[in-house]
Amino acid sequence: MNRTTLDLWVGFFVAVGIGSLLFLALKVGNLASSSTGETYSLQAEFDNIGGLKVRAPVKSAGVVVGRVTEVRFDPESYRAVVAMSIDERYKFPRDTILTINTSGILGEQYIGFEVGGDTEMLADGQTVKKTQSAVVLEKLISQFMFNKAQEDGAKK
Amino acid sequence: MGDSLITALRGLGRRVTDRVWRLGFASRFLLTTILYSGTALRRFHLTIREIYFTGVLSLIIILVSGLFVGMVLGLQGYDTLQRYGSSEALGILVALSLVRELGPVVAALLFASRAGSAITAEIGLMKATEQLSAMEMMAVHPIARVVAPRFWAGVISMPLLAALFSAMGIFGGYLVGVQLIGVDEGSFWSQMQASVDFREDIINGVIKSFVFGIIISWIAVFEGYDCEPTAEGVSGATTRTVVTSSLAILAADFFLTAIMFRGT
Repeated sequence: MNRTTLDLWVGFFVAVGIGSLLFLALKVGNLASSSTGETYSLQAEFDNIGGLKVRAPVKSAGVVVGRVTEVRFDPESYRAVVAMSIDERYKFPRDTILTINTSGILGEQYIGFEVGGDTEMLADGQTVKKTQSAVVLEKLISQFMFNKAQEDGAKK
Repeated sequence: MGDSLITALRGLGRRVTDRVWRLGFASRFLLTTILYSGTALRRFHLTIREIYFTGVLSLIIILVSGLFVGMVLGLQGYDTLQRYGSSEALGILVALSLVRELGPVVAALLFASRAGSAITAEIGLMKATEQLSAMEMMAVHPIARVVAPRFWAGVISMPLLAALFSAMGIFGGYLVGVQLIGVDEGSFWSQMQASVDFREDIINGVIKSFVFGIIISWIAVFEGYDCEPTAEGVSGATTRTVVTSSLAILAADFFLTAIMFRGT
């Protein structure tokens, strides 16, 4: 084999390798969807975030409008502080309520925006006041059991 | 009784010191290879020739195994996921397990047995037939001329082969999951994209395969250079290359995974 065909094969190999890296980055990974467009950041305090994780989606009406960028604990108010980056194209009223929801029964948790009616919009760096904590399954079950026991007690 | 104990202890001690000595020599050898790699990069056609032999000729085995591993993942993953009614998550399962673990590791194991053994045998045979000594006589440094291009070819080829393996595996999972079984195509791709992160998963996988490339190439060229210049010596060195680099890959994979994916 002379050197030119050999070079051709190596060039082909490198091109195919880089091509598959691109395929992984754009088609398999989230590079195409995450890096496009400008974002602004919002913060919110929750009593309990349940299993919310960094990079969890932020949805409004079921459409992903942003991502959770940071989750930390505030030692003064003993509440969880969640920072999000929201797509610059979407603005939300000041009285929007943030809820932590679960997709499906065992699915990932995400932040949902229940849009309010205020004329003023949330701006970069602002903190959302109205939040609703995650539903903790154990609490729900224990509440149900407690109510059930009370009912039974009342019947007797 | 006492005599045999002393002999056993002496044998153990000799084996341990021999291992440590070889490790030290191998580290010094890696340093020398990197110091002398100027020639391999300046006369790049030497490296290109080696990329052909290590990378391009490994393409078939990498592509075919990637396809089949992905297809098996598709079948097994579907079987398990549909018990929990979440067969749409098949894309996530196939993509994450390939990009994070199976792609780099299985490609590295195949690469070690396909290309690493060939490098060791080639260099070992050059040593056995005194070609390396002949080079030194002609004032050509054998590490710069023979070892460094093979080392860098392995380091360059490995991440590309691992990426090809992962891409091919995901295609195999798509073939079985979507085309054969009938998982919804839209949710297959969109759920995959939603949970595979470029930096966390794909870049970490590439870093893994890069480290594996260094490990395999290092072990392969060292075993070849260090082997006894006889027929048995070359065959023993080839075996050691495959065994040592496979074990080293799996151990390194554990440590890299522990560092990269802890708690996320």
